Amino acid sequence: MENRLSHPGLQPVAPLIEPGHDDASITATVSDIVLEKPQPKAWWAVFFLSGGLLTILGLSTLWLFWMGLGIWGINVPVGWGFAIVNLVWWIGIGHAGTLISAILHLFHQGWRTAINRFAEAMTLFAVMCAGLFPLLHVGRPWAIYFILPYPNTMALWPQFRSPLLWDVFAISTYATVSMLFWYTGLLPDLATLRDRAPRGIKKTLYGIFALGWRGSARHWHRYETAYLLFAGLSTPLVVSVHSVVSLDFAISVIPGWHATIFPPYFVAGAIYSGFAMVLTLLIPIRKLYKLEDFITLHHLDLMAKVMLATGLIVLYGYASEVFYGLVYSGSEHETFMMWNRITGPYGWSYIALLLCNGVALQFLWSKRVRTSAVPLFILSIIVNIGMWLERFVIVVTSLTRDYLPSSWGHYTPTLYDWAAYVGSIGLFFFMVCLFVRYLPMINIFEMRHLNRHIRHESHS
Amino acid sequence: MSATHEATSSGTYGLIAEFRDPEPLLDAAKQAYRAGFRHMDAYTPYPVEGLAQAVGFRKNGVAPLVFIGGVLGAIGGFAMQHIASVIHYPYDVGGKPFFSWPAFIPVTFELMVLVAAFACFGGMLALNGLPRPHHPVFNAKRFERASNDRFFLCIEAADPHYDPERVRAFLEGLGAVEVSEVKE
Repeated sequence: MENRLSHPGLQPVAPLIEPGHDDASITATVSDIVLEKPQPKAWWAVFFLSGGLLTILGLSTLWLFWMGLGIWGINVPVGWGFAIVNLVWWIGIGHAGTLISAILHLFHQGWRTAINRFAEAMTLFAVMCAGLFPLLHVGRPWAIYFILPYPNTMALWPQFRSPLLWDVFAISTYATVSMLFWYTGLLPDLATLRDRAPRGIKKTLYGIFALGWRGSARHWHRYETAYLLFAGLSTPLVVSVHSVVSLDFAISVIPGWHATIFPPYFVAGAIYSGFAMVLTLLIPIRKLYKLEDFITLHHLDLMAKVMLATGLIVLYGYASEVFYGLVYSGSEHETFMMWNRITGPYGWSYIALLLCNGVALQFLWSKRVRTSAVPLFILSIIVNIGMWLERFVIVVTSLTRDYLPSSWGHYTPTLYDWAAYVGSIGLFFFMVCLFVRYLPMINIFEMRHLNRHIRHESHS
Repeated sequence: MSATHEATSSGTYGLIAEFRDPEPLLDAAKQAYRAGFRHMDAYTPYPVEGLAQAVGFRKNGVAPLVFIGGVLGAIGGFAMQHIASVIHYPYDVGGKPFFSWPAFIPVTFELMVLVAAFACFGGMLALNGLPRPHHPVFNAKRFERASNDRFFLCIEAADPHYDPERVRAFLEGLGAVEVSEVKE
């Protein structure tokens, strides 16, 4: 858990935890947000705003169920539209949480400690939003259980050779395992809240969810094993999820989709967009809740570096697509697809995508940008938009013009497409508000542990 | 655990010593083990390396359960797809063989992870005897700080060497902030 940046050339810009903290002050700083302090005004603003957007989602969904999918802009060549763009976008955002909680845990990266709880919560909410879209997109959500293998009188089974079915298993497993992992991490902190809450409903509820955790040495030993194994299980899982999502595209024969680079390119893009979302959320939150002692500039710097690295992999993916389309494939359909993507009716989205993920990204080479909250916040939003555009480009440019010019079409999202999209953002922020209000957003026990470790090292 | 019942009748769960830091606690646990105590446990606000071993903990047991869960999930997942696609509902898609096993790998993998994760979560809780909302140690003085900034070592009355006077003197000699009795 130590800070491994001891190389003189890699001196961190700030410590992982600002000096002057001990066990009790860490506990108090994090748990008081939930138990003692009134929420800042901005919390109420976001709460009501996102609640409003959530209402839009609810109403537009009711109307969708009443009227059918015709109120969306999808049509015959473009059967996927916004629903799949949003699904891929949201599920990708979720991936940063698992990367932070699982992969960085396996690599003993102490800096994950301050942000893993929050990032994992973000994962859960992003997966919720992601899961919503296939549910709406099937058109008859009351029959959604048809996609599951269950005993039925028609002796029907789902088609296990279809990547769309792999998706069902990948995303539902991902949601479940992320939930279990997150809850396991929360147990000791729920016990802390139980022990600090005044008698009453809060104490009872935290007590129920803490499952009687008492911090026994024997329990901790099994707990740490379980946590490590969860990290080990989640690491290949998170790679598999976005790989499977990319196979929804790559296994088909549509020009621009049928490429072997898709799985690694999608996984890198997922982590890239996820880190952007973590920054979008944490930069204001560390300020609002005065958590700068725990989420320091060092954290922002490191997250920005991960973004830069994964963003460059994504750029490599774009370059590879251009090379494949224009030079290497030797297929006139692939070549046409690439020209159409750049200069066709949706060329603006491709150019905007390159501006967001290609040009804006380069600012992250500067240490000053990586360690200043405001520019980094703006960049993170640009990246979120860029990654949404990437999925829009992939889905729409390929589907509108595939092989036969006679079957070409155009796709224009309707008001209800936008309502579902904006509404899902409302759902996400609404859940984030509830999380920040009722659960400790920083892992308290790991922070105590890390703090002891850092203080111990600096003494010796 | 007949010894535990005896302790119940006397109304004492054990004696608990409170420490400010993990190092003296770890030291105390080692010395208590050397002195022959076996029915004891330590309570800390975060994991302390080597503490479980110091209080005599030997068998963790979580990893084998997770392995079994993973194996069952993988075999079950693959078998389900085989039965569905080859035996129960063979369905010709583009002339692909019914037993097209490479296409079954993603779902097999996901189910392996899913069942292993449930085994991990459930196994860890079950082996720890959780959920258990009430436990005598919660009666200890200032025990609410065991989840904050204090470190506790409890020598239980169930231990054959338990003698309140002797144990109290022993614990006080180890640098505890305070030694107090835990009611059953």
